[in-house]
Amino acid sequence: MGETLLFYVFSGLAILTSAMVIGQRNPMYSVLLLVASFAMISGLYVQLDAPFIAVTQIVVYAGALMVLFLFVVMLLNDPREDAADWEKTHPLRGSGLARFGALLSLVLVVQLAYALLRTPTVSGDVKGTATAEAVSSVRTIGQVMFTDYMFAFEATSLLILVALVGGVYLAQREERE
Amino acid sequence: MNPVVIAQLGVIGIAFFMLLNSAAIMVWVERKVCALIQQRNGPNRVGPVGLLQPLADIIKLIMKEELRPKAADAILFTLAPIVSATAAFAAFSTVPFGAETTLFGLLERPIRLGVADLNVGVLVVFGIASMGVYGIVLAGWSSNSKYSLLGALRSSAQMISYELSYGTALAGVIAIAATLSMRGIVDYQAGYWFGFIPKWFIFLQPVGFVIFMIAGIAETNRAPFDFPEAEQELVAGYFTEYSSMRFAIFYMAEYINMATVSAVATTLFLGGWHGPFIPQEYGWIWFLLKVSFLLFSYVWIRWTLPRYRYDQLMQFGWKWLLPASVLNLLVTAAGVLYFHG
Repeated sequence: MGETLLFYVFSGLAILTSAMVIGQRNPMYSVLLLVASFAMISGLYVQLDAPFIAVTQIVVYAGALMVLFLFVVMLLNDPREDAADWEKTHPLRGSGLARFGALLSLVLVVQLAYALLRTPTVSGDVKGTATAEAVSSVRTIGQVMFTDYMFAFEATSLLILVALVGGVYLAQREERE
Repeated sequence: MNPVVIAQLGVIGIAFFMLLNSAAIMVWVERKVCALIQQRNGPNRVGPVGLLQPLADIIKLIMKEELRPKAADAILFTLAPIVSATAAFAAFSTVPFGAETTLFGLLERPIRLGVADLNVGVLVVFGIASMGVYGIVLAGWSSNSKYSLLGALRSSAQMISYELSYGTALAGVIAIAATLSMRGIVDYQAGYWFGFIPKWFIFLQPVGFVIFMIAGIAETNRAPFDFPEAEQELVAGYFTEYSSMRFAIFYMAEYINMATVSAVATTLFLGGWHGPFIPQEYGWIWFLLKVSFLLFSYVWIRWTLPRYRYDQLMQFGWKWLLPASVLNLLVTAAGVLYFHG
């Protein structure tokens, strides 16, 4: 009973804060509400007996990623989020592109709905044999990540490295000229 | 109610009380040690050897007027010290400070001295410590003052940079102990090599310990890395606009963070409550002694070393500390693979 109640509290607050993220005029509040939303989702992970994922969620998203977001918002120090004049005539705001974006969003909604309908309702069914105990174990997660999902893991790290190099390159552009 | 539950709640209450007190005592220690180093007397008017000075400070701070700049963001300005203090207290929650005890046979089954015992305790400390930066950033931004904002910017850049080395230094210990539980890591450090060298991780991971302590000083914004509040440049940094108890809460959070870093270092590198001469049941005495020594070193370092320059801090963090910690982790991992794999 208490567990069900907690689930609704966490998920309700997660949805509420996420909705408020896009409803804010002040980007600072948006960032903080997103952090709150991540914390709620982390609470859901704890309920699923996956403390490692829950803590990783906090460390990676709330602790590292959102601090960077906050950093950027603070540097811009623009309390409001209105479109500037030049933005209204920006090629990316054309009606054709907007329609294409809407189409893509629609495809995403359909995909999500399809995935949700296909997901088996019984939990703890990872690779058929793993129990809930094993799923929450850091050792199991590490082993699976570095054997079965080795390629995806390494490809992701390469992607991040490329982004890093790109970031440094862009930041140094003025010095080179 | 079950006596075991009552005892556990009592332990949590004591941990909270000790943390609160550690801030007050550290203020006194800081001023007294600084005075000794500079050949002065330090506070000596309020109470015996100035021991009641923190109490007098608190009374003064409560009586002061709460000021808030007109242009400040009211909600975030209020929220910032709360976030700071909450993160500081919560980070201590997974640190165990003693072996299991029955409180001199009063309880029928032993309780654990510690607030919570999670199987991912080390990560929890790391995660919550990284939340502390929000308090500082929010304080700096919401004050709407250039000194506060500069202090907050410096602080977030510094904490992001040193967090990497901090985490990587932890990873070496985790790799050897093969557990993320704080209690598990302390248990691993029980016993002796050759009968007299304690099996503490400081002897297996000396480089890791040094990196951890350096990064810990940077994480807690202490001298010689106290850029977020460099008085000569930024008035008081991110809490320039804060007064009265709100200011005191930031001050307290800083000292509690120091206590937490010292406690985590004790747990991970100095064998937690293990030590010679004192029986297991009283292991918390060793824990307190080790934490006190580390806290004293914090003060000692602060009044011995001058502040670095900001670019030196960044260079040091990224070009020396991080490569050193990654190398330490690689060597450790190779060693673990060779001896255990």
